[in-house]
Amino acid sequence: MSYLEYTVKTTPTGLRKILYLNWPLAILLTAVAGVGFLMLYSVAGGSFTPWAEPQMKRYALGFAVMLIVAMVPIWFWRNMAVLAYAVSLVLLVLVELFGTVGMGAQRWIDLGFMRLQPSELMKITLVMILAAYYDWLPMSRVSRPLWVLAPVGLILVPVALVLRQPDLGTSILLLAAGGALMFMAGVHWAYFAAVIAIGISLITAAFQSRGTDWQLLADYQYRRIDTFLDPSSDPLGAGYHITQSKIALGSGGWTGRGFMQGTQSRLNFLPEKHTDFIFTTLAEELGFVGGMSLLGLYTLILVFCIATALNNRDRFSSLLTLGIAVTFFLFFAVNMSMVMGLAPVVGVPLPLVSYGGSAMLVLMIAFGLVQSAHIHKPR
Amino acid sequence: MRRPGRDNAESQRRITRRGLIVAGAQAGFVGLLALRMRFMQVEQADQFRLLADENRINIRLIPPTRGRIFDRDGAVVAENVPSYRITMVREEAGDVDKVIARLAKLVELDPDELERARRDLRDLRGDTPVTVADRVTWNDISRVAVNTPALPGVTPEVGLSRRYPLGPDYAHVVGYVGPVSERDLERIDAPDQLLLIPRFQIGKIGLEAKLEELLRGKAGTKRVEVNASGRVMRELDRVEGEAGADIQITIDNDLQSYVHARLAEESAAAVVMDCETGDLLACASAPSFDPNLFVRGISVSDYKALLENKYRPLPNKAVQGIYPPGSTFKMVTALAALEAGQVDPAETVYCPGHMEVSGRRFHCWKRVGHGNVNLHTSLRDSCDVYYYDMALRTGIENISAMARRLGLGVQHDLPLTSVAAGLMPTKDWKLVNKGEDWVIGDSVNAAIGQGFVLASPLQLAVMTARLATNRSVSPRLVKSVDGVEQPTGHGEDLGLNENMLREVRKAMFAVSNNRRGTAYSSRIIEDAFRMAGKTGTSQVRNITAAERARGVTRNADLPWERRDHALFVNFAPFDNPKIAVAVVVEHGGGGSTAAAPIARDITLQALYGEDPPLAAYPAKDRGRIETQQEKLRRARPQHDSDESDRA
Repeated sequence: MSYLEYTVKTTPTGLRKILYLNWPLAILLTAVAGVGFLMLYSVAGGSFTPWAEPQMKRYALGFAVMLIVAMVPIWFWRNMAVLAYAVSLVLLVLVELFGTVGMGAQRWIDLGFMRLQPSELMKITLVMILAAYYDWLPMSRVSRPLWVLAPVGLILVPVALVLRQPDLGTSILLLAAGGALMFMAGVHWAYFAAVIAIGISLITAAFQSRGTDWQLLADYQYRRIDTFLDPSSDPLGAGYHITQSKIALGSGGWTGRGFMQGTQSRLNFLPEKHTDFIFTTLAEELGFVGGMSLLGLYTLILVFCIATALNNRDRFSSLLTLGIAVTFFLFFAVNMSMVMGLAPVVGVPLPLVSYGGSAMLVLMIAFGLVQSAHIHKPR
Repeated sequence: MRRPGRDNAESQRRITRRGLIVAGAQAGFVGLLALRMRFMQVEQADQFRLLADENRINIRLIPPTRGRIFDRDGAVVAENVPSYRITMVREEAGDVDKVIARLAKLVELDPDELERARRDLRDLRGDTPVTVADRVTWNDISRVAVNTPALPGVTPEVGLSRRYPLGPDYAHVVGYVGPVSERDLERIDAPDQLLLIPRFQIGKIGLEAKLEELLRGKAGTKRVEVNASGRVMRELDRVEGEAGADIQITIDNDLQSYVHARLAEESAAAVVMDCETGDLLACASAPSFDPNLFVRGISVSDYKALLENKYRPLPNKAVQGIYPPGSTFKMVTALAALEAGQVDPAETVYCPGHMEVSGRRFHCWKRVGHGNVNLHTSLRDSCDVYYYDMALRTGIENISAMARRLGLGVQHDLPLTSVAAGLMPTKDWKLVNKGEDWVIGDSVNAAIGQGFVLASPLQLAVMTARLATNRSVSPRLVKSVDGVEQPTGHGEDLGLNENMLREVRKAMFAVSNNRRGTAYSSRIIEDAFRMAGKTGTSQVRNITAAERARGVTRNADLPWERRDHALFVNFAPFDNPKIAVAVVVEHGGGGSTAAAPIARDITLQALYGEDPPLAAYPAKDRGRIETQQEKLRRARPQHDSDESDRA
């Protein structure tokens, strides 16, 4: 069933759409953002500045953006998918040419009022275009090699551009989200088996090529991997982040040291405690109970997204929602794995909690799409 | 764009199936994260908690307050005063040179000190605070404090530093402290953690060095929380150390400062001892120096000046200096002969002015001779020949044994550096040390305190106190430690025959009270305080035949280094001995002219406890004494009136 078959009667119009919003999801998002405000307040030593207050304003803005996106019919967004993807791609090329170098990588374009990170934008637009592609593609062709190659290209071009910045975290996120979407769209599992096999051989190649002229990754990326495999090899250098982060997390215990009592973060042993490593502060101060609560909130957001996706008979809506859920999942899963020492430090923020404008805004747009799909689903 | 319904339904089923597979994978991963979190935060929590604490908690030493030193009446001799210094930590400073350059604009930095600081900053561990400027003013400290942001790693600190308010008077007895050195550390087996603090001050000489452990106290510890860059955020808890013990010494400050002033510019030493307790009431070595110079680290030029001064200000001549006791030794020879039964006090010996012993002629100081002399007159007139005879009769072993009983040739137990044992020779000693047999001439020389015999002023004072009391009085310098009175040096009965001792004492009385006595001109005419003494003039050279031929024997005609040492020992009052005094004036000439007047003045000062009345002096000296008293009063600081110096 496509949007043309919707009976206009069953679709809410005007302000009535607000009533059809997926309210539990909105409340969950706000709860997670609230946890973020608390932690930013804590890492600033009990102060709304410099992080908590701007973060709250951004969330308010993000929430408004989500509502606006939600009000717009989902079919409009489907029609916009190609354009959005193209714009993102152009921006990625622009950032490559004119972008500001920050933290050793070219990631953003300074627009004056905000720093635009095209790779963040690409996280949604890639999901959008893939969902639109499979909405358009008849089922019978889904697993045909030529029709598989096209989305692979749609995925790999931005991945390659992001990798050049270099931003390994985002490239992995894009690759995984894109792959997951293709899988959910019904591409034959044999392709995935092949890709995994190739992936393993690529990883081997990456390690084998190290130190030669044609090495596949940057030196700092190799170092991060080394450090991940053995943090104690360089406890005050590159392994410092992981070691200190594990210490902070582990020392939290069952109930933590208490709000604003985390010694690791308060005494600056933790690096980037307000951005990528904010989860360690939470785990140190609020303990296992606090950490599990946040994980629970995230899981509930996933559950609500998947539930609305599976209840939506519109193929685009359903794939888009699932894709966004996967992206969201990848965000927090990679971030938490990283701070718990399960994955190398790749620079992925904790969604809705870490301090940062771009990521927050992009996520709220994504949930706006989820809401739009929910409101405008065929009834 | 319409699609067959079947296709659509099939697609929806597939999405649901695949979506659930992905959801399942997600759920699995979330479970994995939860397990990992549980493992770290529950199973391994203690281990990580420990690591976190190791991260943030540093243990720091709290240096104890060094014990103070007071004189017997409570005047402060050594105290701790707040001092401001600027320290720097290399690791926090980053570019050391740049920070020092900035600091130099705010505070005047001493080039020597800066040189040392740069060396320490380079060589010591990067997290040790190194003193860059010591004893800076409060203004400097505030200037640095205001500019802290521009001076990373620089900290203004308030500490305690040692001060000796009475300066040179106690330089030798109390000594001084200084920064611990590599050599100090090598000397000590298991050094206290405190000593590893750079520039920690420990006693270098004198009482400060000998009683270091008592004075230092015990370090406390505090646990502090530090942040990632090592800055102390707060103190978690502390175990207080123990302050060093306050020490009261037996020295009487009023007397000590008088003695120093009286010795003035001479190269001399004087010891005043309490006959009852052995307390050293004064113990002076002149010239002296300001110990405060050493606390901070003396400059090369100042130190060179002290080393090159021919009067040698650095050693403590009162206990380290050893001199031939000369005629002050004659009481020992006399008592040895009396005790050995070799002579009767009344027996006379004829002094022709010299004596032939195994082909060598030994002169009496009086060339024309004393004629017939007995024990009394020989001591009074200081006849040498009488004692040559006694040596021949008694033998060196008896004389030596008597000397030891009286405290010569033995090292007295005092908490001072290099307390000299002096030398009381025996036949064995000469064989072992000189590889030669003892000859009779050695005994003859020893009998008048020349030859091998060497004694320190302290030992001479002990000898005199023992002669005065017939007890083995021994010197005491520490009166009390933290208010706990220390055992006195009262001593056991020496067991000398009282009758013989009385003869010797009477002869000593005659020395300074009989018109013919060698120290008659330095007598005391206040009956209650009359003293008994003995002069000594000891040769530091052999008079050569050529000199004798030229007739150059007058001290005044010789260069200073070759003049005789002047000595005087006495006790007073004669009837009821309270104090024993020994004075040595290096190269001072005659004992009666150079040493006896000093000893007399010191004795009176000690007995009166203040400037004595002129009536105690012989009438013809009073004019001169009055001028001298006036001069000395101006020379020494008036501590009596300054109550703030009292404890």
